[in-house]
Amino acid sequence: MFEDIKKSRQKQFLFLFFIFLILYFFVPKNEASYFWRLPPLLKDIPLIFNTLLDNLMFNWFTVPVWDPDWQMYEDKTLFRIITRSISNSVLFFIIFIREIFLGGYQTVSSILGDGITKTFSWLYIPALPWTAVVIGAAIIGYKLEGIRLAIIAGIGFLYVSVFGQWEPSMQTLSLVLFTAPVCFILGLSLGIWGYLSKRVEATLQPILNVAQTMPHFSYLVPIVVLFGVGDHAGSIATIIFATPPMVRLTILGLKKISPEVIESGLMSGCNKFQLLFRVLIPTARRDILIGVNQVIMQCLAMTTIAAFIGAKGLGFNLKVALNSLKIGKAAEIGICVVIIAVVLDKLSLAWANKQKDYFANLGFYQRNRLSIFFIFFTIICSIVAFFASYYFPEGFNYLYLIPFNKGLTVSPILDAFVDWIWNTFFYYLNTFNIFLLTNVLGPMKQAYLNMPVISTFLLFMGAGYIIGGIRSCLIVGSLILFIALSEYWDRALITLYMATFAVSVSAISGIIVGSLCSQNNFASKSILSLCDFFQTFPSFIYLIPVILLFGITDTSVMIAAIVYASVPATRYTVEGLRSVPPSLHDAGSMSGVSKMQRWRLIDLPLALPHIMLGINQTVIFALMMIVLGALIGTEDLGQLIMGSLSRPNGAGIGFTLGIFISFICLAVDNLIRTWSNERKKLLGIE
Amino acid sequence: MLNDSSTIGKEPVIKCESVYKIFGNNAAKLLANASGPISAEEFQKAGCIIGVNNASFEINKGEMLVVMGLSGSGKSTLLRCISRLTDPTSGNIFIDGKNLLEMNSKQLIELRRNKMGMVFQSFALLPHKTVLENIAFPLIIKGLPTDESITKAMEMVELVGLKGRENYFPRELSGGQQQRVGIARSLAVEPDIWFLDEPFSALDPLIRKEMQDEFLRLQDSLHKTIMFVTHDFDEALRLADRIAIMKDGIIEQLDTPDNIVLNPATEYVKKFTEDVPREKVLKIESIMDKYNQSLAGNNTVSKDAIIETVAESILESKENLTVIDSKKNNEPVGILQPSKVIKVLFGK
Repeated sequence: MFEDIKKSRQKQFLFLFFIFLILYFFVPKNEASYFWRLPPLLKDIPLIFNTLLDNLMFNWFTVPVWDPDWQMYEDKTLFRIITRSISNSVLFFIIFIREIFLGGYQTVSSILGDGITKTFSWLYIPALPWTAVVIGAAIIGYKLEGIRLAIIAGIGFLYVSVFGQWEPSMQTLSLVLFTAPVCFILGLSLGIWGYLSKRVEATLQPILNVAQTMPHFSYLVPIVVLFGVGDHAGSIATIIFATPPMVRLTILGLKKISPEVIESGLMSGCNKFQLLFRVLIPTARRDILIGVNQVIMQCLAMTTIAAFIGAKGLGFNLKVALNSLKIGKAAEIGICVVIIAVVLDKLSLAWANKQKDYFANLGFYQRNRLSIFFIFFTIICSIVAFFASYYFPEGFNYLYLIPFNKGLTVSPILDAFVDWIWNTFFYYLNTFNIFLLTNVLGPMKQAYLNMPVISTFLLFMGAGYIIGGIRSCLIVGSLILFIALSEYWDRALITLYMATFAVSVSAISGIIVGSLCSQNNFASKSILSLCDFFQTFPSFIYLIPVILLFGITDTSVMIAAIVYASVPATRYTVEGLRSVPPSLHDAGSMSGVSKMQRWRLIDLPLALPHIMLGINQTVIFALMMIVLGALIGTEDLGQLIMGSLSRPNGAGIGFTLGIFISFICLAVDNLIRTWSNERKKLLGIE
Repeated sequence: MLNDSSTIGKEPVIKCESVYKIFGNNAAKLLANASGPISAEEFQKAGCIIGVNNASFEINKGEMLVVMGLSGSGKSTLLRCISRLTDPTSGNIFIDGKNLLEMNSKQLIELRRNKMGMVFQSFALLPHKTVLENIAFPLIIKGLPTDESITKAMEMVELVGLKGRENYFPRELSGGQQQRVGIARSLAVEPDIWFLDEPFSALDPLIRKEMQDEFLRLQDSLHKTIMFVTHDFDEALRLADRIAIMKDGIIEQLDTPDNIVLNPATEYVKKFTEDVPREKVLKIESIMDKYNQSLAGNNTVSKDAIIETVAESILESKENLTVIDSKKNNEPVGILQPSKVIKVLFGK
C-alpha cells in the first residue's frame, strides 16, 4: 500500500485528507491542549511595534529646534522632524497640482507668506476652465492613439464635469498626478538597482511579495501615526502601496532584454551609464510603461481608499454616501471613479503600446502642433468662461467650474430604482440571503472554527510536502505558525472560511465561463476585454451594487469577493486554453475526440498550470475584497484592521494583521506556484 | 580573392595562449593543477561545464578565421572571450601585442570604441532607434559630434545597400535587411578587428547566400581581421582563409579549408568532410603534377582556381593543361591531367 502511495500524488492527497479528518474529529476541544490551539506567544508583536513607533516619534534622537513663536529652543525628535517635513513638501505639491485644476491661494501664500495674498487679492492660481481640461484630455488621447481614444477621454471628463463631480474628481486626479510620478521614479530606481545587484534583488523580492499581498488598510494605520491625517498621509500610503508593481515590472523588463542587445551595447563601447540609459531602459520601454499603467491604476485605487485617513476626493464622498446609505449618490460617484479609471488606463496603455515617431525632418510647428492647439483652446475657453460670468451673474459660472452637486444628477432615478428592486425582489433576495447564511455560510464557519490547529498544520504542511518537498513544507508551515502563535487565530480561520468559499465559487464559475468563451474567437476577445474592464476600477467600487442588492451582510461581501475574484480565474482560463497549440487540436480531432473529450483530455491538462496561476490571483483578490468588506461589517481579520484605524494604539495591530493576511496569500502562492512551475516543466511549456 | 595570401600580413593581430573558459565554482582550482587539455570526464567530476578547453591560435592581419562547431561546442564562448564579453578562466589573449585580460574597463571601452566591431546572430538592433540612429550609435557613444556621426552613418547605409530606408525602424525591416544594419553598425567605427557571431544563421537559405556574397564583396575591399563563428560547414568552406573546428570546447583542427577536407585530423572532423563535394573546396594546385615541359599543353589554368569553377573547360580540352601561378607572372608551375579532375568529380 505504501508503495502505491509513493507513486501516485492523488493517493497521497487522499491519505493526507484522511489523516486530517481523523485529527479533526478526534482532537478534543480543550483550550489547554496545544493540539487544539497554540498559545499566543507572539501576542506582544503589535505592542512592540507600537512602542517602536512611539519611541521613534517622541523619545529617540532628540535635537533642539528653534521655535520662532516662543523665542526658545524646543526638543524635537529627529524622526518627527523628518516625517513632518516630508508631509509638508508632499502637501505643497498636491495643493499646487490641485490649484491648477481648481484654483486657489494656498500655493502662492506658502511660497510668499500669508500676508501677501491678503494684500494682493489678484495673486492666486486661477483654475483651468473645465472645458479646457476636457479638450486637453482629448488632445492627449489623440496624440497617444488617435481619434477613438480622444473621444473616450473627452467624453469621460465631460461626464465627470456635467454630473457635478468635478471638484472631487480633480482632487482625486491631483493625488494621482502627484503620487504616480513619485512611484514611477522610486520604482524605476529600485528596479534598476535590483537588476544591477543580485543581493539587492534578493532583499527586495520578499518585501515586494509581502507588500503586494498586504490589504490596503494595513498601510493606513502606521501612516496615520507617522504622518497624521490628510491628503499628504493618503498620498504617502498610496506611494508605498503603488510602488512595488513598478519595481517588479522594471526588473522583469530589464531581465527580458536579450543578452545580445546588451553585448551589442558593450561592443559599441558603452560605459555603465550609457549602457543603462541608452540601451537597457529604452529597450525595456514597453515593460516599464506597463509598470506605469499599473502604478496609475494602483494609485487611483489607493487614493479612493485613502479617504479613510482624510484624503479628499471621490473616495471621501463615496465613503460619506455609503455611510449614510445614499446608494444612488454612491453609485453616481462610483461611476465617476470607473470612468476616470477607464480613461487613465486607456491613456497609459496607449502610451505603452505607442511606437516612437520619427521626427528628424519635421519643423517646430509640426512637432508641437498639439501643444499649440491646447494653448490655443485654453485661451479660447478662458475667454468664453470670462464672458459667461456675465451671463450667469448670480452664483455659478457653469462654463468655468461646475460646483459640487450642482450638475445634472441621476441619483433620484437610481434611488427609485433601488427602492423598486427592494420592493419587488426583497422577498427573493432575502430568502436567498438567509438560506445562504444559515445553510451554507454559517455551518461552514462553525466547521472551520472547530478545526484543531494540529489538523490545519497537517493539511497545509502536508500539501506543501507533497507538492514541493521539505522546503515548501517548512516555508508554508512557518508562515502559518506565525499566525497560530498570535491571539488572532480564530479570526484568521473566519477569514480563511470566507476566502475558501469565495475562491471555490469564483474558480468554478471562472473556469466554466472561461472554457465556454474560449471555444470561439469572438467570445474570447470579448471576455478578455470585459476582464480588463472589471480589473480597471478600484475594488472599493464592487461593494456598491452588492449593498444595493443585499444590504449590509456577509452575503454582500461574499458576492463582491466572488465577482471580483472571478475575473483572474476567467482570464487565465481563457488565456491558458487559447494557448494550447492548434496542432494538438488537429491531432485530437484525427483521433476522433468529441468536444467534451477534447476539453477534458487535451485542453484542460495542458492549460491547468496557467489556470492555477489564475487561481492564485483569485485567492489574493478574494482576500483583499474580504478584508475590504470590513467596511460594511464582517467579523474577520478585516474588521479588526478597520477597527484599529480608530484606536489610539491601532498601528501595531493593523500592521500585524495585514502581515497575517499577506502570509496566508504567500502560503497559498508558494503551493500553487511550485506545483505550476513543476507541471509546466513536465509538460515542456516555457 | 580571399585565397590571395599576399594581403595577409605576418604579424598576429589576435593571439590566444591556452585559453580556458570553465563555468562552475571549482574551475579555478581544477585549472591550477592541470596543464594541457583536461578531459571532459574530469570536468564533469568536478561539477563544471566546459566552454573553451585550452585554445591556442593566432589570427594574422587581414585574415579570416572561421570557427565552426555545433551548438554547445564553445565557439561563441571563444568569440566572447576574445571580445572580452566574458572573462576567460585562464590563459592569455593578446590584441596587437597588448594583453587583453590585463586591461581595465576604461582601456577596454577605448579598445571597443576604436578597434572592434561585432555582428550578432539575432541582429541585436536597438528597437527604439531608426536604421540611421542604430548605425550612428557607436559613433555617438564614442563622443563624435552628431552631424559628423550622421554623415558617417549615411556612408555606411550606402555601403550595405540600404539607402532610402535609413529612417525605418528595425521592426519594419526583413531579417536580411536588419542584419545589413547590424553589419553597418559594426563597421561604423572602422574597426580593425571584426567579430561575427553566426551572422547569417537566422536568415533563410536564399537570403543567406546573398548575404555571404555581399560579405565577401565587403571584405574584398575592407581587408579586416575577422573572426567568424558559424555552425554551417558549407558557409565555413565558402568564406574562410582558415577554419577552426571545435567540439566540446576543444579545437579539433585548425587549417585551411582544402587541408581540412583532404586530411581531416580526427574522426569528428572527418564526419563533416565526408559529404563535402571536393571540387568545391580543392584548388587545382592540389591535384596537379610536377611541371614537365614535354607533357604540358597549350591551355593554361591558374593554380589557385577552385576545381569546380574550371572543371567544364578542363574536361572540354581533352589534353593536358599547363598550371600557372597568376601571382608570379603566369610562370608555369605544373601540369594537369583532365582524368584527375574526373576522379575528383566522380571518384571516391
